[in-house]
Amino acid sequence: MASSFSRILTTRRKIGLLSAVGGSVTAGFLMHREHVKAGTPVRRSYPASAEYPDLRKHNNCMASHLTPAIYAKLCDKATPNGYTLDLAIQTGVDNPGHPFIKTVGMVAGDEESYQVFGDLLDPIIKERHNGYNPQTMTHPTDLDSSKIHSGNFDPRYVLSSRVRTGRSIRGLSLPPACTRAERREVERVVVDALAGLKDDLAGKYFSLTQMTDADQQQLIDDHFLFDKPVSPLLTCAGMARDWPDARGIWHNNENTFLVWVNEEDHTRVISMEKGGNMKRVFERFCKGLKEVERLIQERGWEFMWNEKLGYILTCPSNLGTGLRAGVHVKLPLLSKDPRLSKILDNLRLQKRGTGGVDTAAVGGTYDISNLDRLGLSEVQLVQTVIDGVNYLIECEKRLEKGQDIKVPPPLKQFK
Amino acid sequence: MPFGNTHNNFKLNYKVEDEFPDLSKHNNHMAKVLSKELYGKIRDRQTPSGFTLDDVIQTGVDNPGHPFIMTVGCVAGDEESYEVFKDLFDPIISDRHGGYKPTDKHKTDLNFENLKGGDDLDPNYVLSSRVRTGRSIKGFTLPPHNSRGERRGIEKLSVEALTSLDGEFKGKYYPLKSMTDAEQDQLINDHFLFDKPVSPLLTCAGMARDWPDGRGIMHNDNKTFLVWVNEEDHLRVISMQKGGNMREVFKRFCVGLQKIEEIFKKHGHGFMWNEHLGYILTCPSNLGTGLRGGVHVKLPKLSTHPKFDEILNRLRLQKRGTGGVDTASVGGVFDISNADRLGSSEVSQVQLVVDGVKLMVEMEKKLEKGEAIDSMIPAQK
Repeated sequence: MASSFSRILTTRRKIGLLSAVGGSVTAGFLMHREHVKAGTPVRRSYPASAEYPDLRKHNNCMASHLTPAIYAKLCDKATPNGYTLDLAIQTGVDNPGHPFIKTVGMVAGDEESYQVFGDLLDPIIKERHNGYNPQTMTHPTDLDSSKIHSGNFDPRYVLSSRVRTGRSIRGLSLPPACTRAERREVERVVVDALAGLKDDLAGKYFSLTQMTDADQQQLIDDHFLFDKPVSPLLTCAGMARDWPDARGIWHNNENTFLVWVNEEDHTRVISMEKGGNMKRVFERFCKGLKEVERLIQERGWEFMWNEKLGYILTCPSNLGTGLRAGVHVKLPLLSKDPRLSKILDNLRLQKRGTGGVDTAAVGGTYDISNLDRLGLSEVQLVQTVIDGVNYLIECEKRLEKGQDIKVPPPLKQFK
Repeated sequence: MPFGNTHNNFKLNYKVEDEFPDLSKHNNHMAKVLSKELYGKIRDRQTPSGFTLDDVIQTGVDNPGHPFIMTVGCVAGDEESYEVFKDLFDPIISDRHGGYKPTDKHKTDLNFENLKGGDDLDPNYVLSSRVRTGRSIKGFTLPPHNSRGERRGIEKLSVEALTSLDGEFKGKYYPLKSMTDAEQDQLINDHFLFDKPVSPLLTCAGMARDWPDGRGIMHNDNKTFLVWVNEEDHLRVISMQKGGNMREVFKRFCVGLQKIEEIFKKHGHGFMWNEHLGYILTCPSNLGTGLRGGVHVKLPKLSTHPKFDEILNRLRLQKRGTGGVDTASVGGVFDISNADRLGSSEVSQVQLVVDGVKLMVEMEKKLEKGEAIDSMIPAQK
């Protein structure tokens, strides 16, 4: 179904574009970061100083960087789609945060947000991503899984392996700002493309609005079903609007490759399997992503990406690779060692409970994954996880034998 | 989330059927009225402050409702919403307010002396009496839409007005964001403190944004007159006391409201009101008087009588548990209040409560004596 936008595609990495097929060719924008026009100025009956939020009790990246001067400069700007600064920071205003946990506190409503609100987002990105400076640095993208080595863990320790990322469809607004029509367009484009996957990637789409009880139960049992967001970090950013319209889950028949449509990002792409074969998980991940990209490009679409910020996603914390590669690993002895935090830190890894973010570890089994997202490539990050987990398993084995362990030296940052 | 009109213009590039919400599983007033044709007809409109159709209906789209409880499913973002989107609001208002027509006029009567009786409800049965309403301040947009600057402006004006009251209305304002722990505990113990809205009916309409900025509570020293600032409406005004002297509660209510209105008018910001819809509030269900006058009353026998609901219906009253809306009654004690808001005056609504509760207490006494009450069952009011 054609809409009335005309869209000119950029070329990236010299990938040629096939001519449009089918009915879902629509149009978009020419993306040059330097030349994005701001939209019509915002209605203002009060001066910026009267509108500046009270952030004195707040602990998030937005609150750390939103000075009254920056607010005054940006508060009457809007992206071409009409997304404003107040909309972008609302989640951070409504969620003051926790003294121990520093959330980001703002979101992007569209690709242009990162430029129109760059004066605020650039310092936030720098803080969140270890000094990465979008104005001077470039982000490497590398989805060549053949470069991975030693990616098959001891299954006595590693219970499962998983890699996830997100992808946004260029030309359509992101979940905080998208209209119902745009969200439905995202669903159409993605589901269309996924239907073209074959062999071990062939699968099926389950729309949340039309799910049968039987399908729902199966998806819950497989631990695939995602629910309406309840976290105020997401709801205050408007990401749950119109639920469950145009939301759904696609997975391959083998239950090892999964795509969420229109949850926190346009798409979340997950490759996973039981056991420790992270290399295979990453191979499938890269293959699936490249296939999906090829299929959407055939239809005249592409992913949001640029060489400064890598893949563009809703939350600034997921820029770059948007990648979290992790394992569930049994480390009962190491989990009691007070040096664990330092070891993880130096390996650029983070631990979570096996219930996911903000859960506790059960019986010494942890979710271990990469800390970083931006400034390092997918291959680099996954290799970091592999090397790190191998080191942790070595530590555990040493402790089993009553030997001592060493805290490794800190890994070199991208700087 | 109030996106405003720049975003709305961008939306118009998409066809109606692509933007029209899926309301097939919905049970609320908005879903009943909003056809694809109506959506197409009014989606390009905006109020002067930039409130759009999607802003109006977002809460109803996000909250499909319950088969047994019909919520409204839309809100106003400013005074003009009711005019600009009248094609949507008029049928909803008619459905919700007993067939009220676009040409009908609403009578406002805050002259407490017009109330007959009401000072002699038996305190052995009537434990407490309360009247509440809301008021919106002209010149400002409403909670779903207002900016931080506006909300602070409303608070500033309200605090000036409220802290200048004297006599029995003399009191103090407690801003939510600088409340001490001691003050907070006291307000909780007095059952005065309101909390950040958690109901998705309110949060999906954007009413909890920037909490607790610009929000607060004023109450008089006697703790019988209370005003909430910037919760679900600009102002919620409450008069209450223990016992059955509804007349006194209503007098305080009327006098207090009129005093407050005078002060706001002096500053050039009277209350939002017109002769068709009465007092303009955020939710269409509160138009007219916005008044809920009620008592906590012990009716253990009457409440189990098979005709209890019918009696309430005929008396134009509704029952709630003593925890408020959507709670169950405890020990046969009910919250009984007027069902109507629009199309009848404050005095007449409180009169219905006073007369109706008096009658029901008499019925309760009869049932205690083992006598029948069939002859007492009233005609439809």
